[in-house]
Amino acid sequence: MKQNPKAISAFQSKNKITQMKEDAIKYLLIASSIISVLTTFGILFSILFEAIEFFKLKSFFYFLTGTEWSPGVEGSKFGAVPIFAGTFIITLIAMMVALPIGIMSAIYMSEYASNKTRNRVKPLLEILAGIPTVVYGFFAAITVAPFIVKVCEAVGLHASFNSALASGIVMGIMIIPIISSLSDDVISAVPDSQRKGSLALGLTMAETIKSVVLPAALPGLISASLLGVSRALGETMIVVMAAGLRPNLTMNILEDMTTVTVRIVDSLVGDQAFNSPATLSAFALGLVLFVVTLILNIISVYLIRKFKEKYKVNNL
Amino acid sequence: MRRNNPKKSKKNKTDNPFYDPSLRKRHTAAKRFKFFAAASLITAIAFLFVFLTDMVSKGLPALKQTYVQIEVTYNEKTIKSSRQAIEKKLRKVISRAWIREIPKHVKNNPKLMNTTQLLWAIADDQVDQYIKGHHYKLKNRDKKTVDNLQKLNRVELRFNSIFFSNGDSKIPEFAGIKSALIGSILTLLVTMAVSFPIGVMTAVYLEEFANDNRFTQMIEVNINNLAAIPSILFGLLGLAIFINIFGLPRSSPLVGGLTLALMTLPIIIVTARAALRAVPDTIRQAGYGLGLTKIQVVRDHVLPLAFPGIMTGSIIGLAQAMGETAPLIIVGMIAFIPDSPSSITQAATVMPAQIFTWAGMPERAYIEKTALGILTLLTVLISLNTFAIYLRKKFETKW
Repeated sequence: MKQNPKAISAFQSKNKITQMKEDAIKYLLIASSIISVLTTFGILFSILFEAIEFFKLKSFFYFLTGTEWSPGVEGSKFGAVPIFAGTFIITLIAMMVALPIGIMSAIYMSEYASNKTRNRVKPLLEILAGIPTVVYGFFAAITVAPFIVKVCEAVGLHASFNSALASGIVMGIMIIPIISSLSDDVISAVPDSQRKGSLALGLTMAETIKSVVLPAALPGLISASLLGVSRALGETMIVVMAAGLRPNLTMNILEDMTTVTVRIVDSLVGDQAFNSPATLSAFALGLVLFVVTLILNIISVYLIRKFKEKYKVNNL
Repeated sequence: MRRNNPKKSKKNKTDNPFYDPSLRKRHTAAKRFKFFAAASLITAIAFLFVFLTDMVSKGLPALKQTYVQIEVTYNEKTIKSSRQAIEKKLRKVISRAWIREIPKHVKNNPKLMNTTQLLWAIADDQVDQYIKGHHYKLKNRDKKTVDNLQKLNRVELRFNSIFFSNGDSKIPEFAGIKSALIGSILTLLVTMAVSFPIGVMTAVYLEEFANDNRFTQMIEVNINNLAAIPSILFGLLGLAIFINIFGLPRSSPLVGGLTLALMTLPIIIVTARAALRAVPDTIRQAGYGLGLTKIQVVRDHVLPLAFPGIMTGSIIGLAQAMGETAPLIIVGMIAFIPDSPSSITQAATVMPAQIFTWAGMPERAYIEKTALGILTLLTVLISLNTFAIYLRKKFETKW
C-alpha cells in the first residue's frame, strides 16, 4: 500500500500485456468508485429537475412562506410552513427523548460500566438500532398512540390518535442508539490523562465528567446530535404510520401534524399524473429535505474532524 | 474553608487538615449523577423489552388459527354453488375463502362426489378473534353456533401454516407472508449482485490504489454524505431515474433492488475498507518481494485475508436493506401481491412493505398478522446479524 508505485511499474513494464491488464483493472476500480459519486449527483439532479418543474408551476416564495397546503383541490395552494412546523415539532420531541437518554447512557457505558456490563448491554442497544423503522411505526400507531389518548383522557385532555407526541416519542427511542453509540465512541476517545489529572486534583467522578470529559467531547457530542436530528428529519415510516396527513399549524403536540416525509409519500402513492403539481410537490419537499440534511451532515463531519485532529484519534 | 459547624465531625476536623464539609454534598451529587446515567441506560434497554413483549404478545396468537369441524356435502348442486355444501347456520362461521375452494376438493379427488365428509374447516376471522378472546364482531346467532360447536369439541386452535404458505389476501385468515418473503429475497439478490462487487471494488481502489489527492478526498466525503442521506430520497432517485428515465417496470424487485443497492453501497464500502486496512502491510511487502504485481497481491493475498470482514459488513448491510421500507414504497412496492413473484421484473412486495400494508387494514385480525409478520422479519434480521457476528468471531485474525 505504501509502496512507490513507479518503482513497481518500472519493474513490471517488460510484460506489456500484464501491464495492460493491470491498467484495465485499475480503471474498472476507478469506475466503480465513481458510481457512489454518481449516486449523490443522481439524487441531487433527479430531485432538482423535478423541483424546478414544480416551481415553474407554483411560486417558490409562497412555498417557503405560505401557510396553506391544499394540493388536491382546484386552485391548489402549496405553502409548506405547516409541514415544516410539524416536522420541526416532531423532531424536537424526538430529540428531547433521545438526547438526554442517549448521552447519559453513553456516559454510563464509557465512564462507569464494567467491561462485563458493556459487553452485555452493547448488543442490546445494537438490536434497538437494527429494528426496522416500519416496526417502530406499527408500535407507535398501535401501542403508543392509543396509550397517550387514554392517559390524556384520564387527565381530561383531548389527544388525537395521530398525535405528534406519539410519533415523536417513538422516533426518539429509535434515535437513542444512534446518539449513544456515537457519543460513547467520542467520550471514550477523550484521553485518560485528562480524567486522571482531574481526579488527582480531588474532583469527584461526576465533576470530572461534567467539567472535563464532556467539554472535551463536546464537538463530538454536537456532531452525534446533529446526525440524530438529520435522521429524525428524514425518518419516514414512523410518521407515515403514526402521524397525521393534514398540514396543521399548531403548537399543541397532542394534535395531529404532518411532516415533509409524510407529504412526499402521500403525494407519490396517489394516482395523480406524474407532472401534476401535487406529485411534483414531493420533489420540492425532497429538495428541502436533501439540502437541510446535507448541511447538518457537513457540519457534523466538520466537528468530528476537528475533534479527531485535537485528540489524534483515528477510529471514529 | 467552610468550617462553620465545629461540633459535628470534630474528629475529622482535627485529624484531617483537608476535611471539607461540602464534600458530602459533592459526593451525593456524584452519586446522583451516576444514578441518572444508569437510569438512562436502563430506560433505553427497558424500551427494547417493552417493545419486544408488546410485539410477542400481539403476534403469537396469530401462530394459531381456529378450525371448525363441519360436514361437507359434495353433489352436483354444491359444486355449482359451494355455499350449499355446508349447513346454513355454519356458513357465516367458516372462512369465505375456504368455502370457495370446496369444488376443488372434488376436482382433486372425484371419488368424493355424492358423499358427505366430516372436515376441519378454517374459521372466519371474526370467529378466530372470538375464540382467541380478542375484540370481535359477531352476530349473536353466529356466536351461539360457535359456542355450541365448542361444547361438542368441534372447534380447535391449530398451528397456522397458512401464514407461511400463502401470499397476501383480502381475507385475513388466508393472508400469509410467503409472497412478501420471496419478494424480499429477489429484491435482496438484486441488491447484493449490484452493491457487493461495486462496494468491494470501490473499497479496494480507495485502500490499495488511490493516492491521497483531491479526487480521492471527494469520493470519501461523498461516501460519508451518501450514508447520511434520508432513505426516502433514494426512493425519489429510483422513481425519477430507474422508472421514469430507464423505463424499468414499476413495483419490481429489479427497481427496488437497485434502489436499495445504492443505499447499501456506503455500508459495504466503509466495512470493506476497514477489513482491507486490517490486513498488515507485511503481507503486501512479501508479495512485492516475490515479484507479484499489485493486482496479484491484492487479488490473491489481501482480498482473501480481508474476506471474512467484508462478508460481515455485507451481511449487516443486507440486514439493513431488508428492513428498509420508505424508498420501496416510493418505487411502488406496496402493491397487493397474492402470488409469489417468479422473476425480478414482476410486480412484488417485500416483508416490511407487507407489514406496512397490513398495519393499515381496517380488520382487527390483521393486527396480529402484522405483529407476527414483524416477529418473522425480526427473527430473520437477528439471525442474519448473529451469523455476521459468528463469521467475525470465527475468522477473526489477530495480527
